[in-house]
Amino acid sequence: MNLPTQERILERAAGPGVAVLALGLLLIILQAAGLAFWQGFVINIGIFLILVLSLNLSNGFTGVFSLGHIGFMALGAYTSAILTLPLHEKQEYLPNLPTWLAGTHFDFRLGSFPVGFLAATLIAALLVSLVALLVGLVLMRLSGHFVAVATLGFLVIIRVLLFNADNLTRGSRTFSNVTPYTNLWWVWAWALLTIYIVWRVKQSPMGRAMYAQREDRWSAQSIGIEVMPPRLFAFVVSAFFTAVAGSLYAHFITSFSPTVFYFDLTFKVITMLVVGGMGSVSGSIVGTVLIVGLSEALRRIEDPTQLYGISGIVLAVLFILIIIFRRDGLLGQREIALDRLFMKGGGTGGEPYITNAD
Amino acid sequence: MNIVFYSLQQLVNALSIGSLYALMAVGLAMVFSILRLINFAHGDLIMVAAYFAAFALLAKLPLGVTILLMIGGAVLVGLLMERVAYRPIRGAPDVAALLTSFAVGQILQNGTLLVTRLMQKPNPLAFPVIGALSGVFTFGAITIPRVNVVSLGLGIVLLVLLSLFVTRTDLGLSMRAAAEDLPAARLMGIDTNRVIATAFGIGSGLAAVAGLLFAVQAGQLTPYMGFTPVLKAFIAAVIGGFGSISGAIVGGYALGGLEVLLTAIPGIGDILPPNMVSPGVQAWLKQWLPSSLTSYRDAFVFVVLILVLLFRPNGIVGRREREEMG
Repeated sequence: MNLPTQERILERAAGPGVAVLALGLLLIILQAAGLAFWQGFVINIGIFLILVLSLNLSNGFTGVFSLGHIGFMALGAYTSAILTLPLHEKQEYLPNLPTWLAGTHFDFRLGSFPVGFLAATLIAALLVSLVALLVGLVLMRLSGHFVAVATLGFLVIIRVLLFNADNLTRGSRTFSNVTPYTNLWWVWAWALLTIYIVWRVKQSPMGRAMYAQREDRWSAQSIGIEVMPPRLFAFVVSAFFTAVAGSLYAHFITSFSPTVFYFDLTFKVITMLVVGGMGSVSGSIVGTVLIVGLSEALRRIEDPTQLYGISGIVLAVLFILIIIFRRDGLLGQREIALDRLFMKGGGTGGEPYITNAD
Repeated sequence: MNIVFYSLQQLVNALSIGSLYALMAVGLAMVFSILRLINFAHGDLIMVAAYFAAFALLAKLPLGVTILLMIGGAVLVGLLMERVAYRPIRGAPDVAALLTSFAVGQILQNGTLLVTRLMQKPNPLAFPVIGALSGVFTFGAITIPRVNVVSLGLGIVLLVLLSLFVTRTDLGLSMRAAAEDLPAARLMGIDTNRVIATAFGIGSGLAAVAGLLFAVQAGQLTPYMGFTPVLKAFIAAVIGGFGSISGAIVGGYALGGLEVLLTAIPGIGDILPPNMVSPGVQAWLKQWLPSSLTSYRDAFVFVVLILVLLFRPNGIVGRREREEMG
């Protein structure tokens, strides 16, 4: 096997580098042209991409299917939004906050850069990771559809708590006036980080352990691969990024209520994941762009005709067709190997990618 | 209020809500036992049945015709979803099947939304009042909504009929054989497609009855109203022991009891007669079990579900499973 020489490393980095540059160029054009609709559209894709990749890390890589991730998103959204809410808004909207929270406002800036938003997002994400660790210690012991239903139970529990924690969340009333920090750059910086991390996890020993225990837990255990560590690791890391997506979302739409974070959103993210292919990073990207684009197009039909429901039906039918005719999604577990794009000799020296789609 | 009457009233409430859960849970359990499919669209079937009933009543059809139409419609939809969505994915991994049922549910919800829109009906739709099911019964000091009593009675009658069907008829025996071992049942010459269709048909019919009673209690319909009932039915089935009909029935009543307890116990300090317990206990009850806890009921119920999944995955009456879940 070839040792990765300087030249080869450059060759491998060229593909992803070009992709990132192209994305940057697109964002600059969008920013400069000020096309509000398309900016919102691309921000939406970015947020969903983070959600789908996180879900892929937990559900696709380990096979432990969680339906509770949107609960993590909700926790991330509320936590960071409470932290960044200006003090006078807090007095008005959340008069019963504990005093230490009521006096906290993450509006620190470094020049014009809102460090406070970054800090609030990180704090929210770390807090949610901790919750995920505790929940995971209990739930990751289950598998198959039992874990799916138990995590769905987690989603319901979070919803009940959000509705009842009046002092922190305003209960069923809308949580509004969140500072609109989120923009193209925030979203896509986080999205690129998520892609990179999830990709690295997939190629890492931990990632291989995730696949191994998913394919056959008894064989995996017999060669010394434990079941719980990879599952927990995936669950916690994916909860972290899901919470980040929640924070970005909160500071993007600026007003929301617990009803947003429920089953419809869960199903939408799962659709993107399944259409793209569980276990494939590039599949998640393809699935997300495709479904966000399709729903937007369908919404354009729904809005003028007032025939609400069409988009839901089309997406669900598409979902069933994919499960019947192409169960592994568009890409299965394969990847579009950007790192081989500029490799001489078709990149035969690259690592073999996993193609054990069953 | 007298604590004895209060308890009696809560008992009837528990049995009546338990009957509804049992009616819904047996459909889930029958399908699960044969196909290992958790059919989440079962809840949307309840919703669709309630809409059939509402449209029939709004068209001024008599109650008997309404019920026939409702059950017929629900059975048809149930058979259709089996034929179109579930048969092609038979043998797929558990999770793929579960996700398909979510998609089927989405189609039913959005389809209902679209139809009500096209028929220019409001959303939510007020459920027409049914004379036979409205009002209350009064027994001495207790008053019980009539619909609760009907739920209880109807639930017991239908569940007994179902038990007779499963134990005394050929088709029922075939169904149990298929639940035991589907490939072996096929080898024994059992028409498994027919058995599976029967399970979907019966489950849908029972769900329709539950849907009507549920709609009468709720008073209004939305396309999304099926989500909570199916979760509850699922919990009932798991508590009882998933995959067995008797388990689903036991679980339904157990869940009904649990929910009524969770509703009745918080705030009990406020309604206890003055001299029943010492003032200290009463103050303790008021402090630690305030009536505001009631709004956390569903969270507690799901905690129970998770505990059952973890510690007693075979439920109350579940047989020892051949395969393990961990």
